[in-house]
Amino acid sequence: MPIQYYIALAACLFCIGIIGVLTRRNAIIIFMCIELMLNATNLLLVAFSKMYHGPAFAADATSTAGIDGQLFVFFIMVVAAAEVSVGLAIIVMMYRNVHSVDINFLNRLKN
Amino acid sequence: MNAIILSAVLGVVMMFSSVFVKNKSALKHIAAAGLLVLLIANIADTYGCSLFKIDLHNMLRFDKFGLFFNTIGIGATLIYVVLSGRDIEKSGNYVAEYFALIFFVLCGLTLLTSFGNLLMLFIGIEILSIPLYILTGSDKRNLKSNEAAIKYFLMGSFSTGIMLMGIALIYGGTGSFQLEVVRSVFASYKGVSFLEIAGLLFLLVAMAFKVSAAPFHFWTPDVYDGAPSVFTSFMATVVKAAAFVAFIRLFDARVTETSAAVDWKMLFSILIISTLLIGNITAVFQQSVKRMLAYSSIAQAGFMLFALFSLNDMAKEGLLLYAAAYSLATIGIFAILIKMKDVSFEGYNGLAKTQPLLAATNTIFLLSLAGIPLTAGFFAKYYMLASVIKTGSYTWLVIFAVLFAAVSAYYYFRVIQAMYFKNGEAQTDTITPGFKAGMVIVAAIIVIVGILPQTILNWFYF
Repeated sequence: MPIQYYIALAACLFCIGIIGVLTRRNAIIIFMCIELMLNATNLLLVAFSKMYHGPAFAADATSTAGIDGQLFVFFIMVVAAAEVSVGLAIIVMMYRNVHSVDINFLNRLKN
Repeated sequence: MNAIILSAVLGVVMMFSSVFVKNKSALKHIAAAGLLVLLIANIADTYGCSLFKIDLHNMLRFDKFGLFFNTIGIGATLIYVVLSGRDIEKSGNYVAEYFALIFFVLCGLTLLTSFGNLLMLFIGIEILSIPLYILTGSDKRNLKSNEAAIKYFLMGSFSTGIMLMGIALIYGGTGSFQLEVVRSVFASYKGVSFLEIAGLLFLLVAMAFKVSAAPFHFWTPDVYDGAPSVFTSFMATVVKAAAFVAFIRLFDARVTETSAAVDWKMLFSILIISTLLIGNITAVFQQSVKRMLAYSSIAQAGFMLFALFSLNDMAKEGLLLYAAAYSLATIGIFAILIKMKDVSFEGYNGLAKTQPLLAATNTIFLLSLAGIPLTAGFFAKYYMLASVIKTGSYTWLVIFAVLFAAVSAYYYFRVIQAMYFKNGEAQTDTITPGFKAGMVIVAAIIVIVGILPQTILNWFYF
């Protein structure tokens, strides 16, 4: 498949993520949308990696060109997991105090 | 290299010390000793004595600029721990863990000052941010702290997502994650693909989020206001300056004015103008000193952005000086703020009568932030503006900045006015003689740098 399809798909996923972050009010859903943004990036990186690796591999089977894109994806997944563990802990902390995960709830309580 | 490895190791040591050390106040001394070791190791590294010889394949690149900044960052953290360590002890039951998290933040900082690859930028930013999300929410029962943590976390990971998209697009355009690639895209005339430009814009937005430059600053006041004051002090100074160093490392290339694919100077000047405008104007209307300091940190970010605008050697020297002056003054102001019972402007009424020494040192810090001559802040601002004049264009930006520096004097002087000219009984916690001595030393550093800036600038030849 041409690379444009992957770019279009990743851009769509990324935009869905951004719109979700900006419009939704439930902390968990915002969080899911952020994960969607990260996964759009992962998809794009893998696609680009394949794009660079394909021709190099055809010319020389031992080539490692374009392999760093896929390596980056592993780092993103690991760091995202670390971020999730902290983020869910923060959301649980909020839920224990106000029994809600609505991010506007705290604003209202403050005033 | 010394600082990166040692700070990670010291973080783990701090974590384990919570098991073996039962005396809470000993932890502060362990942390301070660890920071001192880190500082010495980093200075040794600066002058060519590296403990670890590892082939890094250009993933990290150590230059004098980054190492000098490490020294400033670690030194500022050391002063912060010495001045406010007792208040970190009071902020919760997990004191050792807080210190451990501070060491991990420093590990992220040292990565950010020496990255040579976008992967390292990403990892550095995350190691810097994730401990801060925890520190922000460390006051678990306090709703304001909760709100701050959740806002900081969501906004922080949102900007990370944007940054990753930028990195992916640049990779798509160029096939590499190396730093030179970003710089060459930034400086190139023509023939740059849409992917690369879009990627660079995404990176710019993400970094503007991290340094809280104006259209992307909206999380800053709530987070700085809601977080426990001890940790706000750390976030607003060392961490912010580290993000700036990463920013300038990323975009450090000679941009040829007119024919660049995007008018970057214009973009940066828009960022600077809106940051100065919003930061200074909203700070004027604040009723709480803590919230005023949050806005003032946005305004100070506007001045630090000048380094990114001019991108010459003077700007880099100026950024180091600015980071040092701003961090020292803000850490000092926050150290006093933590001791106050009431952090509104009224709470400072009559502080000069009850605590004359604290009022005097606080005045020096505030004058330094406002950029009054004979303080370090004046020379920091001077260097920033002179670097812009050196580039030869956009001189009106300098006039604009000077006007807003005058506006900023208004809200800093409000605190001084409350301390000296208003009647009231300012309530403070008990002040130890050691704390007073610390404040005097920090104030003395600021004044000495203000009178003899050459003393510190002579180190900055890189």
